[in-house]
Order: sequence, then structure tokens, then C-alpha cells
Amino acid sequence: MMNKTKISLLFVFFFAFLSACSAAPETDQTLVIYSGRSETLVEPIIELFRQETGADVQVRYGNTAEMAATLLEEGANSPADLFWAQDPGGLGAVAEAGLLADLPEEILSMVPEQFRSPQGNWVGISGRARVVVYNTEAVSPGDLPDDIWGFTDPAWEGRIGWAPTNGSFQVMVTAMRQVWGQERTAEWLEGIQANNPSVYDGNTPIVAAVGAGEVAVGFVNHYYLYRFLAEEGETFGARNYFLPGGGPGSLVMVAGSGILKTSNSRELANQFLAYLLSEQAQVYFTTETFEYPVRPGVSLPSELVPIGQLNPVDIALGDLSDLAGTIELLQATGVLP
Amino acid sequence: MAELSNPGRPETRWQVNAPRVRLHSLLMLWLPAILLVGAILLPLVYLWLRAVQGEQGLFELVLRPSTLRILGNSLGLAASVAFCSALIAVPIAWLTVRTDLPLRRLFSVLTALPLVIPSYIGAYLMVSTLGPRGLVQSWLQPLGVERLPSIYGFPGALVVLTLLTFPYTLLSVRASLLGIDPALEDASRVLGRNRWQTFWRVVFPQLRPGMAAGSLLVVLYTLRDFGAVSIMRFNTFTRAIYIQYQSLIDRSGAAALALVLVLLALGLLAAEWGIRQRGRHYGSSPKAVAPVQVALGRWKWPAMIFCSLVVLLSLLIPAVNLVYWLVRGLGAGEQVGALWAQTWNSFWISAVAALVTMASALPVVVLSVRRPGRLSQVLERSTYLGFAMPGVVIALALVFFGSNFATLIYQTSPLLIFAYLVLFIPQAVGSVRASLLQVHPNLEEAGRSLGRPPLQVFLRVTAPLVRPGLAVGFALVFLTVMKELPATLILSPIGFKTLATSVWSAVSAAYFAQAALPALLLIVVSSVPMAFLILRRDL
Repeated sequence: MMNKTKISLLFVFFFAFLSACSAAPETDQTLVIYSGRSETLVEPIIELFRQETGADVQVRYGNTAEMAATLLEEGANSPADLFWAQDPGGLGAVAEAGLLADLPEEILSMVPEQFRSPQGNWVGISGRARVVVYNTEAVSPGDLPDDIWGFTDPAWEGRIGWAPTNGSFQVMVTAMRQVWGQERTAEWLEGIQANNPSVYDGNTPIVAAVGAGEVAVGFVNHYYLYRFLAEEGETFGARNYFLPGGGPGSLVMVAGSGILKTSNSRELANQFLAYLLSEQAQVYFTTETFEYPVRPGVSLPSELVPIGQLNPVDIALGDLSDLAGTIELLQATGVLP
Repeated sequence: MAELSNPGRPETRWQVNAPRVRLHSLLMLWLPAILLVGAILLPLVYLWLRAVQGEQGLFELVLRPSTLRILGNSLGLAASVAFCSALIAVPIAWLTVRTDLPLRRLFSVLTALPLVIPSYIGAYLMVSTLGPRGLVQSWLQPLGVERLPSIYGFPGALVVLTLLTFPYTLLSVRASLLGIDPALEDASRVLGRNRWQTFWRVVFPQLRPGMAAGSLLVVLYTLRDFGAVSIMRFNTFTRAIYIQYQSLIDRSGAAALALVLVLLALGLLAAEWGIRQRGRHYGSSPKAVAPVQVALGRWKWPAMIFCSLVVLLSLLIPAVNLVYWLVRGLGAGEQVGALWAQTWNSFWISAVAALVTMASALPVVVLSVRRPGRLSQVLERSTYLGFAMPGVVIALALVFFGSNFATLIYQTSPLLIFAYLVLFIPQAVGSVRASLLQVHPNLEEAGRSLGRPPLQVFLRVTAPLVRPGLAVGFALVFLTVMKELPATLILSPIGFKTLATSVWSAVSAAYFAQAALPALLLIVVSSVPMAFLILRRDL
């Protein structure tokens, strides 16, 4: 008995040792990416880049806030070349700590000013719009208000789902503060609070809850719905409502990327960013992840309402870096603990 | 009861070869234990460095009324989960170890497995099953049930966390039961006590160290859980810490809150220490007599129903739900890839981490049981501190030390395994300690008086006797490493994927079919070592 155990232990250790040793060898053409975006969404396009260039691209996947915190802890010793974040908040935190390098003009110029950092150290890669997702049995689009302010109406009591801890939601509140001012934003938050909204942990649980009819409407990013439709088919009980009145409720924001100052593969990193902004990659984002392209002239699948028709507020994402102020307001209004 | 078996004068036992033994114990026990605890306390140093760096008034943040309220929430939840877990765990442990319950080996394996379900997934599945408009509601729809009562808040968090953590108590109690000297029960029966009285007066007191060890793990797990409470919308302290991190502005605020959590854990550890001082139970000759197996008779069916119900709620419902996701997605044309690398990675890193953690835990445990003094107790208690901190805190602390001071091992598997050790070593310490407490030092003294060196005595005499504890410790660490997420994501060698990271990656992007397969594999792969340990009767 004992011998068998020993042999199986040796076996496990031997292979574990092999596995530990086979950690990828360093070549000079290595690009290390810290990705706050999900592997499921971006690995296919990274794989295409690998195949086209033959470069060794290694990716660490995590959530945006944790990856940003990791970069902040690593500071000057970071092995990362490039940070690909889910939202401008994560990029802003890393940029503010002075960890991002200035991007070359030819990359910056591929993206409209609105979708990149005013300091020129990160660019948007793909766009996402804030929308209202609604349950098709509980609500018809005609009942929905023109803009997000309308949900403070007591008629929505107990029917709203939101996710105040979510990064995209917080960016939307920052936009509200920019457009509406501090007081009116506080009023909106209190108005929604008065309607006793259900708090969810993120966009996915909200869309699931709206689809199941647990709540009638939810404030989310637009592309989650298409995932549910792909998994559950057309019978899934929720659809997106792009607020026709515009305003901060239909903010368009980006997932973006910047190159770290510590990178010693800047050339390759630039090449990678240029690839992500190429037409081929931008088409990938619109058709596979149902996001918006960040450069003009890329055609959209039929599910997506063109950005021009969204009436998005005229606000540059660079102006939305005051996350601290937003958190403070969310805490002051009791939305966050 | 304790007097029945207490040794007379334990001090006499180190008189053989005193100076050599002392040097030996210094090298083999004290030195490794002190080094280990020093390393485990590194994250605390980090937290302190970050907390004092903050600009915000730390005391203001920590003493905000809302902070104190959520502290109350955390404590209330932790205590309730521990209580409910014990209610489920003690009967199952007794039924599967000491009775003729049909299928008891199968139940033994199945009831340990909920521990591998990540709490975020467990909670998500619970909502999609028992939520106001979940699966159960859709079955009841024809009966006119439009909506089930809300499970969100305290009740939901309590149910999910109890179902995910009761195996801690179960496995610890199981090890205690296996280590009990059946002769004591025989004595009690001979003295005229009936079976019920014998259980309460003889067996139950001996289960206390195991129950306390298991419950402490449940409490600490609940305190640091983030996934279940955030899905269930119950504001706890760890949720506040995560919100601070999420906001990305202020790592010092998060660090200050995490320090409060550590203080809280210190209080709990001191309290449990107080409880455990009361009793110490040795059998004279464990396993010399085969344990009495209780015939359940007509109680067989209620017992079966109880065990089945627990398995149904904690394991089958999540598993069936996952299969449903998989089938539904495949039907809709979703692609699901092969997961060989992830499966192997999960398996080997969990196995190695469990072995390393067990080996590291031994010196501390031996010291705390065989040399009970202030220093050894402090060392033993300190190993629990890592378990009190949220995983992301430990991970970032090791990022800080690793990237700045240990670049050679940064983002390699040794550092990742060390992170697992810091996170999970209390699970090993607790279970081995509970087992070792049941082994009478006389046996070791006998070995030593025959001229064997201490290490050999440990391997030949002690280790076989504490086998249940070793097996439980291994199982607990193995199962929890299998599902570990934050440290794996942040500290693993780049490109290293496990089943848990695959589940997370797919779920976070709402790819449910792709999430279901690795989640199911997580359960299946984990059942292999559990079945091995249980069928070999180690556990």
C-alpha cells in the first residue's frame, strides 16, 4: 500500500516538475500583455496576431481593477509590456501613476480624439454603449422613458436593476457629473434609490435577471445581451433599449490599451496596437464581441444601432477620470457602503 | 471525561538523550516553524506599509458607522454559517463513519465535493435555481406561482455559504471520529450508559477539537468570501474591501480595512484558543479495537433522506444546472474547447501545493501539541492569519515582495505554491492538530526509549496514527487550491490556466456553456483523490 502511494506521489512530482520547468522560454520577440478583458473575448484576435507576425505573445488574464493594482505594485519592475483594460478607469489609474509611455502619433491618429487619452498614453480599442435592457413581457419599448432621468419616476418602483460596483456604471455616473453637475447627479441617484432598485454584482447578473423577469429593466453595457441570445436563443426574454434622448444614459465608452514605460518590446507593442486598430481586428470586435469599432468606416452588424444615432453626449473619455469623486458621491448618497 | 485519559506528567518524556533531542527539535521543529510563520506574516507587513501611506484619515474610514455596521453583518453571517454547517456536518460524519448507512462511502465522497465549487459560481447557480424567477419557479409556473420569495440578502448568503463550507466541519469531525479509541465507548457501555448517553458524554466531547477546527475554517472562509455575498447582495466587510480595490483610487483604504479584518480574526483565534484549552483527549490504543458499527434499523431511511437532501442541494443542483448550461449552449451552436492543459494544471498544482502545505504545517502542529508553551501557541495561531485575509490582498502583497525583492521566483509556480500555502495552511494545521491531540505521547516515548531518533519515531509511530488528520488536511488544501482564483490569476506563471480560471473567464463574459465544462471537470477531477483517500480508509 505504502509503496503504491510513494510511486504515485513520485509520479505527480515528476510531472509537476516537468510542468514547472517548461515555463515559456524568453525570446527577444516577446510581448507580455496584462489583460483586464476576458480571455474568451480577446484570445482569438491575439492568436491571429501571433499567426500573422510569428511573435511570442503571452497574456495574463484577470479583472481590470486587480490587473491595474498589480501593475501599481510592480511599478518599475513590471514584466508587462502592455495593459489592455476593460474600462478607462483602470487605464486612468495606471496612467496617473506615471506607468504608461507616450504612444506614437501614428497610433494615436488612428482613433478619434474622443476615444483616447488626452495625454496620449492610451487609446480606445473597442467601444461599448450604455443601454437599458428590458424584459419584453413586462415592458414594451413605448413605455420606456426617453432618457435615463425618466427612471426616477415612482412608476419604476421595484422594477429597476443596477450594479453600482461596476466600473462602467461608475464611468456613466462620472459622465453625469460632467454633464448634469454634482447636484443633479445626486438627485438622480437618490431618485433611483427611492425606487428601491435591486443591486446586482455586474452586467451579466442584471441581464440574466431581466431576461428571467426578476426585474423589468436594468442599466448595462450593450453587448451582454447578444451573449445571452447566442446561448439561449431568440426566446430569451430581454432586449436592449437605446435611449433615444441621448445624454449620459447613452454614453459610449471604450475598452482601451496602453504601453508600459518598463516595456522593452515597444516596437512589438506598437505593432500590436496598430493591429488591434486595423480594419480586420475592428471587424472582429463588431461581429464577434458585438462591440463598436473605434475608427470610422467599419460597417456594423444589424443588431447594433450606429453610434451616430445614439445621440451620445459630447464628452471626451479623458474627462472621465475623476473616479474618486464618483465613488465619494456614491457613498454620500448611500448607493455604495 | 478528560481525567479518564490524561497522562500524569508529560514533562518527563524528554529525558532520554536530552541535549541531542533539544538540538534536534531546534533544527527540525522550531527553526522551520519560525521561518514559516515569518513568511506567512509578510502580507501583514505589506498591509501596514500600504495603510500608513494613505492620505485619507484611516481611523475615520475604519470607524465610519457604515464600516462598523458591515463588520456586524460579517460576524453575524460567519457565526450563523458555522452553526448551520455544524448542524449538517456532525450527523453526516457520524452516519458515514459509525453506522451501517447504505452507500456511506459514496456519501463520504460526494459530501466533500461542494468545497471545490467557487462561491461565485455556487451563488450564481443558486440564484438561477431558487431565485425569484429561477428554475424552480418556472416548474411551479403552471401552478400559478409567478415569483418565489426573494432569497437575496442574509438568507441567500447563509444558505449558499453553508452549502459550500459544511465540508470543512464534516471532514474535520470525520477525522476526529476515525481517531477515537473505541475502547472508551465500550467502557461507557459496560458502565451502563445507553448509546445516546455514550454519544453525548464520550464521543461528542472528543469531537470538539475537530468541530472547533472545522468551524474556525468556516468562520474565516465566510469572513473573507466575496463571491457569494456579492451575488446575494449582502454587505460584508470583505465586500467593502473589494469595493475599495475596485475603485482603484485608494489601495491604502483597502489595506486599512483588511487590517481590521485581521484584528477581528485575531480576536476569534484567541477565543477559540480559550475554548480548546479545556479538553485534550487521548485514546490509549487507537484502532486496536474495531469501532462499534451502529445498526440504524428503521432509522436507515430518514438518515438516507437527510444525506441525499444535502447532496442534492449542495452538489446535484449545481451540477445539473451546469449540465443544462452545457446542453443548451451546445444546442445553440456554442463551441466548447478541450481542457487537457487546464485539467492537468489544476491537478498537479493542487496536489503539490497540498503536499508542500502539509509538510510545512507539521513542525508547527507538533510543537503546539507536544510542547504547549506560549511561543508554540503563538506560532500555531499565526498560521491562521493568511486565511483571514481576502485572496486578492495576499496576492498583491506577494506581487509587492515578489516583483521588488524576489524577481527570480516572481510569477513562477514556486511563488504561486507559496501563496496557496499562506492562504490555506490553517486547513492543514487544524486537521492534523485535531488528530495529533488524540495520540497519546506515551506511544512516542516508547518509540524513543527504544533508541529511535525523533524523526523516525514520528514517521513510524505518530504519522500512521494521525493518518486521518493528514488525509483531511491534504483533501482540504487540495480542494480549495482547485478553486482558488485571485492568487492564481495574479501570481501564476504567465499563460498558466487552470479549470477555475477557465470557469471565471467564461462566466465573466457570459459564455455559460464554455463555463459549464470546466466547472463540471473541477468537480469530477476533485472527486478522484477524495475517492482514493476514502476508499483506502485513510479518511
